[in-house]
Amino acid sequence: MAFTISINGSPHSIDVDGDTPLLWVLRDVLGMTGTKFGCGAALCGACTVHIDGVATRSCITSIDSIEKSAVTTVEAIGTTASGARIQKAWLDHEVVQCGYCQSGQIMSASALLASNSNPTDADIDDAMSGNICRCGTYVRIREAIKLAAQTNTKGG
Amino acid sequence: MVDRIASRSNETSLSRRGFLASAAAFGGGLVLSLNLPFGQSEAAAPGEFGPNAFIRIGSDGQVVLTMPYVEMGQGTYTSIPMLIAEELEVNLKQVRLEHAPPNEKLYANPLLGVQATGNSNAMRGGWKPLREAGATARIMLVAAAAKRWSVDPKSCRAQDGEVIHDASGRRLKYGELAADAAQMAVPERVTLKRPEDFKLIGTPAKRLDVSGKVNGTARYGIDARPPGVKVATLAQSPAFGGRVMSLDDTAATAVKGVRQIVRLDDAVAVVADHMGAAKKGLAALKIEWDDGPHAGLSSETVARELEQATLGSGAVAQNIGDADKAIAEAAIRVEAAYHLPFLAHATMEPMNCTVHFRDGECEIWIGTQAIARVQTMAAEAAGLPPAKVIVHNHLLGGGFGRRLEADCAVRAVQIARHVEGPVKVVWTREEDIQHDMYRPYWFDRISAGLDGQGRPVAWKNRFAGPSVIARWLPPGFKDGLDPDSTEGAIDLVYDLPNFHVQFTRVEPPGIPTGFWRSVGPSHNVFVTESFVDELAATAKQDAVAYRRALLGKSPRAKAVLDLAAEKSGWGQALPKGRGRGVALQFAFGSYMAQVAEVEVSKDGNVRVHRVVCAMDCGTVVNPDTVQAQLQSGVIFGTTAALYGEITLKNGRVEQANFDTYQMLRMNEAPAIDVHIVKSAEPPGGMGETGTSLIVPAIANAIFAATGRRLRKMPVDSNVLKQPA
Repeated sequence: MAFTISINGSPHSIDVDGDTPLLWVLRDVLGMTGTKFGCGAALCGACTVHIDGVATRSCITSIDSIEKSAVTTVEAIGTTASGARIQKAWLDHEVVQCGYCQSGQIMSASALLASNSNPTDADIDDAMSGNICRCGTYVRIREAIKLAAQTNTKGG
Repeated sequence: MVDRIASRSNETSLSRRGFLASAAAFGGGLVLSLNLPFGQSEAAAPGEFGPNAFIRIGSDGQVVLTMPYVEMGQGTYTSIPMLIAEELEVNLKQVRLEHAPPNEKLYANPLLGVQATGNSNAMRGGWKPLREAGATARIMLVAAAAKRWSVDPKSCRAQDGEVIHDASGRRLKYGELAADAAQMAVPERVTLKRPEDFKLIGTPAKRLDVSGKVNGTARYGIDARPPGVKVATLAQSPAFGGRVMSLDDTAATAVKGVRQIVRLDDAVAVVADHMGAAKKGLAALKIEWDDGPHAGLSSETVARELEQATLGSGAVAQNIGDADKAIAEAAIRVEAAYHLPFLAHATMEPMNCTVHFRDGECEIWIGTQAIARVQTMAAEAAGLPPAKVIVHNHLLGGGFGRRLEADCAVRAVQIARHVEGPVKVVWTREEDIQHDMYRPYWFDRISAGLDGQGRPVAWKNRFAGPSVIARWLPPGFKDGLDPDSTEGAIDLVYDLPNFHVQFTRVEPPGIPTGFWRSVGPSHNVFVTESFVDELAATAKQDAVAYRRALLGKSPRAKAVLDLAAEKSGWGQALPKGRGRGVALQFAFGSYMAQVAEVEVSKDGNVRVHRVVCAMDCGTVVNPDTVQAQLQSGVIFGTTAALYGEITLKNGRVEQANFDTYQMLRMNEAPAIDVHIVKSAEPPGGMGETGTSLIVPAIANAIFAATGRRLRKMPVDSNVLKQPA
């Protein structure tokens, strides 16, 4: 059946089964491939998007559950204040290796920063432990979140 | 492994005349072609020049390197341009990299030999030839400028992408000279910069490949979307070697968006408009499988077979003195048996391959460490000559050895042959883990003799497992041995006067094995460094001091051991339940020592708090990449030590997704300190060293904390649990 959902501020009409995960609508129907497939079971975080600002695993989010909510993906996260700071910190701190999981890492980190301007190590563990990185960039992710938080408090 | 086979012969035959040629570029400019040591590319006839890398300087001054090494997170796309830019005297940003295509028209030369990125060989292989190529291009550009100005080339110099004649103040940009430079003679010899004159090498450089990786624009194989592409997912026989016995696809074909069901002998694929429909269709299939000849296979049967094999005679990998005699006469004898499990790679990007099979031609989109292998094997599966198979390489969402294989390309071609138009075949995570090509299971039977002071006088190791090389690169397996299976088991850094190591190749039935990050050393370093630790404990000596006393012939090993001990606070008291473990290796051309600090809880759970790495990897090209790769390797190995295990039951893999095949996560990641020993030696490998060494460092730390010696990985918390 047909659904109209708001992604990155624009309405999109899609004709798929209601139980289709948002991930596949984004990637295969709309061609927005920045959001990644990792596990299909909310175990790895690669598919993380924001739904009304909340970090959400798109691989288990059915399209019929979204209704009027606003979906934000990595393609547009740079237009949010916390997203732009996180992206800059990621580049300044050379976080990325293969990069495949980083869309999801950035979405989780920017949701954290938007709701918590000065996260502690425990806050970072809570927000980021659902995101797996096989290249092991955890050390730098933690440091980059703190870096982004500093520019946050400085009003940067 | 692979590059060792290559470099042995390259060392003697490396003649610059044979390795560089120049030509005018299509559209004006200079093209230098060179041969990078890369697998067995010297398999070409002697004297035959088979270039596999090209440097093009265009009339816009842009330097483009087309090369066979791929970027999979290890930073190669930044460190390789540094080598060229250093000698060419250009800004790093002026150098751009392209994936080497197997059949792009501009580079009509077929790529010879094995085209693959693995075994930490990119920097080791490219170190000399790429600097030589940069210097050669610079000399030819200077010669072109000198000719145009009618001055002596010696009176000109190169700087920041220009040739400058100081006496007259004249200068010309490389782009203006590139076409003329192509007409200049390739110099007979070049002199490379001395390390103290390096401007780029050794200075941290920002990675060149990252901006697209933070905003979703980077394209991996799984992101390929040729026009009209359909998406397929698949179920392969759960038991290795099984077949489809019956298929009922009535419910699957009724799923909205499902277009086609493809039935193969041993797999079924659902082709759909999108992966959501394909997965839903797959779940609706009713497949009955014939489990085939390996239906009874279990991990225990594999282990038993290996244990048995070590009792017989194997191929002797290294023999010094008479180990049997020395052990028989020793004051103390120590014996142990070690097991290492099968491991999956679990790259974050699940296996995938997009194929458009059409009349007499096949086009492939994939991210691979071995593009030529993909081309060859896909051609075979398609029934086409390799030249009719076009392969587009992409960024890799993790390689770790998994993408050295072409099994997924073959499978995708088999499916695509039944599909009209392009089809992207995407493995679910469950299929990816249950149909990997696994790090082998290994078994070692090892013994040593100690003298009255506890010093080892003899060492004997008999181990059994498969030879990945024998399948992947058959000429590399000779007389029952290959250089990968034995790396880290022989040529130890320690003084061991009587030494015997033998290997028995045993291929487990049914289950496919492959290269896994840190390859041979991922097995051998765990065994040797655990066993050296056992010897120290038997001799009641400090683990660092014990090793140190055996390093007379290895000053570089001693230096990293001392540095790791110092930086880790070795010998200082720790709270109860905590312990430090040390491990030391020479592998991939680099020396490294690690000290891991762990905490073991009452219920036997292990937490790795801190890892100190001291490394001598020769000349450091990009220090930031060295640090990142070590952090990466340590996390990868810690995952293996704490969780990594693929088990077999009834011919099938028992693990399926990240709930049953666990990964280390942010809240469990240790602090990792990296200390680099300055060195002017050629660069050693970096991408894998951290992985092989951390496993014994953790096991030895657990021994220090609990007195329990773990001879089987991964860590079993039941063994470590304290009685209530």
